Amino acid sequence: MEVILAIVIGGLYAAGIYMLLRRSLVKLLLGLGLISHAANLLIFTAARLTRAASPIIPVSEEAFPASYADPLPQALILTAIVISFGVIAFALALSYRTYKIAGSDDLDKMRETKE
Amino acid sequence: MIAVSVLSVFAVALLSPLLFRRQNNNISPWLIALLPLGLSAYYISLLPSAAVGNPLTFTRPWAEALGASFSFRADGLGLLFALLISGIGTLVVIYARGYLNQKDLALFYPWLLAFMGAMLGVALSDNLILLFIFWELTSLSSFMLIGFKNEKEAARSSALQALLVTSAGGLAMLAGIILLGMAGGTYEISALLSNRMAVQSHSLYLPALILILLGAFTKSAQFPFHFWLPNAMVAPTPVSAYLHSATMVKAGVYLMARLHPVLGGTDAWTYIVGGVGTLTMLIGGYLALSQTDLKRLLAYSTLSALGTLTMLIGLGTPLALKAAVVLLLAHGLYKGALFLVAGALEHETGTRDVTKLGGLFRVMPITAIGAGVAALSMAGLPPLFGFISKELIYETGLEINLWLTVAIVAMGLFNVFIAIVVGVGPFIGKQTKTPNKAHEVPFSMWLAPTLLAGLSLFAGMFPGEVSSLIISSATSSVVGEAVVVKLKLWHGINPAFLLSIGTVIAGIALFFVRNSLRSVLQKFEWKWGPGYLYNYALEGLMNFANWQTRIIQHGYLRYYLRVIVLILTVSGAVALWRIPSVNLISSFNDSNTSNVMFYDVMLAVLILGSALVAVLSPSRMGAIVALGAAGYLIALIYLFFGAPDLAITQFAIESLTVILFVLAFYHLPKFQTFSSASERKIDAVISLLAGALMTMLVLVAVDVQIASSISHYYIENSLPLAYGRNIVNVILVDFRNLDTLGEITVLGVAGIGVYALLKFRKGKE
Repeated sequence: MEVILAIVIGGLYAAGIYMLLRRSLVKLLLGLGLISHAANLLIFTAARLTRAASPIIPVSEEAFPASYADPLPQALILTAIVISFGVIAFALALSYRTYKIAGSDDLDKMRETKE
Repeated sequence: MIAVSVLSVFAVALLSPLLFRRQNNNISPWLIALLPLGLSAYYISLLPSAAVGNPLTFTRPWAEALGASFSFRADGLGLLFALLISGIGTLVVIYARGYLNQKDLALFYPWLLAFMGAMLGVALSDNLILLFIFWELTSLSSFMLIGFKNEKEAARSSALQALLVTSAGGLAMLAGIILLGMAGGTYEISALLSNRMAVQSHSLYLPALILILLGAFTKSAQFPFHFWLPNAMVAPTPVSAYLHSATMVKAGVYLMARLHPVLGGTDAWTYIVGGVGTLTMLIGGYLALSQTDLKRLLAYSTLSALGTLTMLIGLGTPLALKAAVVLLLAHGLYKGALFLVAGALEHETGTRDVTKLGGLFRVMPITAIGAGVAALSMAGLPPLFGFISKELIYETGLEINLWLTVAIVAMGLFNVFIAIVVGVGPFIGKQTKTPNKAHEVPFSMWLAPTLLAGLSLFAGMFPGEVSSLIISSATSSVVGEAVVVKLKLWHGINPAFLLSIGTVIAGIALFFVRNSLRSVLQKFEWKWGPGYLYNYALEGLMNFANWQTRIIQHGYLRYYLRVIVLILTVSGAVALWRIPSVNLISSFNDSNTSNVMFYDVMLAVLILGSALVAVLSPSRMGAIVALGAAGYLIALIYLFFGAPDLAITQFAIESLTVILFVLAFYHLPKFQTFSSASERKIDAVISLLAGALMTMLVLVAVDVQIASSISHYYIENSLPLAYGRNIVNVILVDFRNLDTLGEITVLGVAGIGVYALLKFRKGKE
């Protein structure tokens, strides 16, 4: 299964990087979204996959069952998901503003813009 | 107390501007002059103990691991320098009062005093690292002083030139000092001096010698680094007199003299130091002949004197070293006076061109007398101190060989000529018409040159007293063992004296044909010197910086990204290639996840498919939907592999993201294709390669466990300490709650940013 996920992660990265390399600002933002997905999945897979129980202690018991998923990378990824949302939201607002001022979403034209 | 004497100057430098806060501050320069005057008295009081070989020392540990200590030592050589610095410093402080206007003085004194403190530090340090720090401080303060008239382009570029040349040499010197410290086992100068054999037989001796000499040669403007000194004449004249004649340019000479007992006496020393010194002596004197600007004339003749000093230290015989110490003092006295006279002439007449000056004796008699006496000392006539100095140098030449004698006599001839042109020419003959009508300068401006000239006369009349007071102990420091120097004015008629008579007569003869001499020499002027090379190199550096900035900092985001991604991919691939032990296969053998379910494959295909649609879709809405689909499918992966919290969060956030994208894209333009097909192909290859690398990286990473996980702690303590059963939640809101607070803050800031970007419009801030 790791091999399959590794290919998925590679594919997401490839798609994300391709979008980041576009001249269009709008596409760049989509690339940002794809890269965040890929990164989260990378952490998740690198920290070892398991089909065992979630890291939640059942109500009837005082300790864990023998096999369980590692909670630490999950906490990490949870934070990462939320933060990447913040980044994308800010980037969207920024590009909206940029487009209003520059009148184009072509990055090559923006570098010549003077306020 | 020695340390206090050095540091007090810096303290006064900081406080001196306070003296100039009142409108009428005629008295402030006199107050400031009290400091160097007091220091001179203090250093004179230290002379007797230095003369009996028992110098005052002061040591405090500083950065001991680096070998740096805060140690000072006032031996004969150090005190001779310290007295030149504080004594001439006193006179320059007073002189500047008349030369500069009130507004400039408040800015001038802090830098002048900072320089004085740094220079005293160089002269009195007993630790090479400490000496280096003071050395660099002199370069910095001299930069500010040369560029004092900073509204002038020439002042700025000359200041930069002096700084670049001397600090480049300073860097070489630092490396040399470190090598010397390694060879000698210590950075304490007094300890190094007794370690001569160990240092000279060490394999680092030659590199250390060359690097330290680079520092000394650049500072003392030796050929081929001499060009910065004449250019530095754009500085105010008190600065030229002080820094570029009496003190700073002699720092290199000082360093060579100081280290002569430990580094000197080898063939390398004699040929490099002696050779460069002789060359500088002749080139400086020759270049001075064709100059007509008073200050440039003096600058080139100072080069000649610095070359002579370097040559004498390079020769290293007891007679040569004695001559060097005597010349050091004699030159400080007569050249300082002549520079100040040049400043007085410019101040009064408005010109520094010697061809336009004449007959000023009648209007400026006091200055004229000072100038005349100093010039006679420079020309080497009895009964002035310059005579004693010149006789010793001639004797040194005669002692060694004929060629050196010829070179030294040529230098003597140039000196006589320059002395007459500067110190006598402007005052005799018919009075010329000058831009300003000349008067005698005020007291503050004639005091310094006449006093210095008087000292030349005094030292010439009483050479025995001067030598027992200071010359003996200073020479002992340079030789490295106690020597007794007895100076006499009259040596009887010997070859050196006959040569002296010859050079004086020839020099006077040259003065009478000076105009034709200049016009002949000016035809041969050579512009391809090291100064030209410096300009060429500086221009080249600027052009190179411009060129590489244009190439590298082109401003296209996607090319930056291409470079970053490519370098990452290639270096990552190389790294993976070079770890043969990595076993990619073992991940298949985990019984837990090896059985791939049908829906796993379906999920993977669907995620890859939506990513492809997001890339290729021609419509914005299609791309957003594909991006969202990929997000939801990833949430399913989280769900299948034991992470329900992640799945919930991903679902929620993905929904929000899609909504946000749709809202934002409504205001943004439609998809357009800006790049060409070939560019898209290149990008596709780059991104596929990077993706492949990431795939490999995952496969490697799965197998690597760098350190034992700290998860156990959270798992064991979640229930007993935090009373929570969902461990991911407990980690976020309890164990790592500060991190979560930080995350909330980031989101808050992003929220404010978004609000600001959407709300504020141009012109409505």
